[in-house]
Amino acid sequence: MNSNLYNYILGIADNSLILGQRLGELCGHGPTLETDIAGTNISLDLFGQVRSYFQYAAKIAGDGRTEDDIAMLRKEREYKNVLLVEQPNTNFAYTIGRQFLFDAYHLSFLKELQKSADLTLSAIANKSIKEVSYHERFSSDWVKRLGDGTDESKAKMQEAINDLWMYTDELFHQTDADKVMVEESVGVDVTKLKDDYYNYVSEVLEEAGLIVPESKYFHKGGKQGIHTEHLGYLLADLQYMQRTYPNMEW
Amino acid sequence: MTTEQNIEDILIPILEKVSDPEIPVLSIMDMGVVRSAKVINEIVKVEITPTYSGCPAMDVIGDDIKSAMKNAGYNTEVDLILHPAWTTDWITPRGRRALEDYGIAAPLEAEADKEVLLNGKQLVKCTNCGSTNTRMVSQFGSTACKAQFQCNDCHEPFDYFKCLK
Repeated sequence: MNSNLYNYILGIADNSLILGQRLGELCGHGPTLETDIAGTNISLDLFGQVRSYFQYAAKIAGDGRTEDDIAMLRKEREYKNVLLVEQPNTNFAYTIGRQFLFDAYHLSFLKELQKSADLTLSAIANKSIKEVSYHERFSSDWVKRLGDGTDESKAKMQEAINDLWMYTDELFHQTDADKVMVEESVGVDVTKLKDDYYNYVSEVLEEAGLIVPESKYFHKGGKQGIHTEHLGYLLADLQYMQRTYPNMEW
Repeated sequence: MTTEQNIEDILIPILEKVSDPEIPVLSIMDMGVVRSAKVINEIVKVEITPTYSGCPAMDVIGDDIKSAMKNAGYNTEVDLILHPAWTTDWITPRGRRALEDYGIAAPLEAEADKEVLLNGKQLVKCTNCGSTNTRMVSQFGSTACKAQFQCNDCHEPFDYFKCLK
């Protein structure tokens, strides 16, 4: 099996899986019916994309593992998502802030992945980018609405951006699998996306009347499987059924 | 020896009876999700394209195709094809009319769609009274493919099928 390709796919898919799970937590708990539906719709898109990636990864593994095994039966350290997506739904501003900071990255990442020499990955990117454009429209729109809203919504949006900012730099770190895949024209060189990302994000924040954080301290580790304390709890929820009733199907 | 028969004339009428479980008035042929249907070594192979990645209707559509084919005496394999990605342009004119009759506004062109969803332009026609004096209630609706609208004239709430290109 091509373990670099396998790890590379998991690195992409885990971001969508964990963010999808976070958004799924809001099902029935969104602040308004419309945002509740939006959160779960985005979650559904992300899970759909994850299925395509994991089906492909399972095929590469070729040892009988299924998409569900990959999603449900790994240990915490084996998940390679960035720290940003596992951060909790502290309040609606955090949910929106996390979504926007990820969507802006996700969109530019998929744009490049469409050019991948790997035809399955480029097909998944080609399909996903249409959905992610809608996500980014939704989240950037809400950043502006909250930032440009009442004093309270502005303060909350600013606080969320300030707190989540330290997880953004990790998006542009290359893993070992990344480097090999970039060399083979399969993967995306994320280091090249960084400048455009910060320019675009700053533009939206400024339009929202928010201050772009200047902090230079950034957390990292998710891509190596070293997570914040939040992921374990999330996985306990995500994996509950498979751990309690192994191999159950419905 | 592989015997490949292209008997779409026989298969298509069967597929036309299979509909999207979320939008029962719309056959999968009119929705434009069927890419090909062939008989290879006496097994029907149908290729379908998912509308949205996470659309739960795709699994049901796959099962419905198999059971419709079985009733017609065929064993069937259904394959999901991701590329080229599905677009709302593949909905047929008959499909668009079926949507409208069912109370779902058909997708506009990409530019107009953006104007409507982002800038609140009034271009979507109410499926009840035909007025374009409508407003978006939510960019996301009851399924991944739709947004929620309401008519300002007759007050009817309705779905709008979002443009996907």
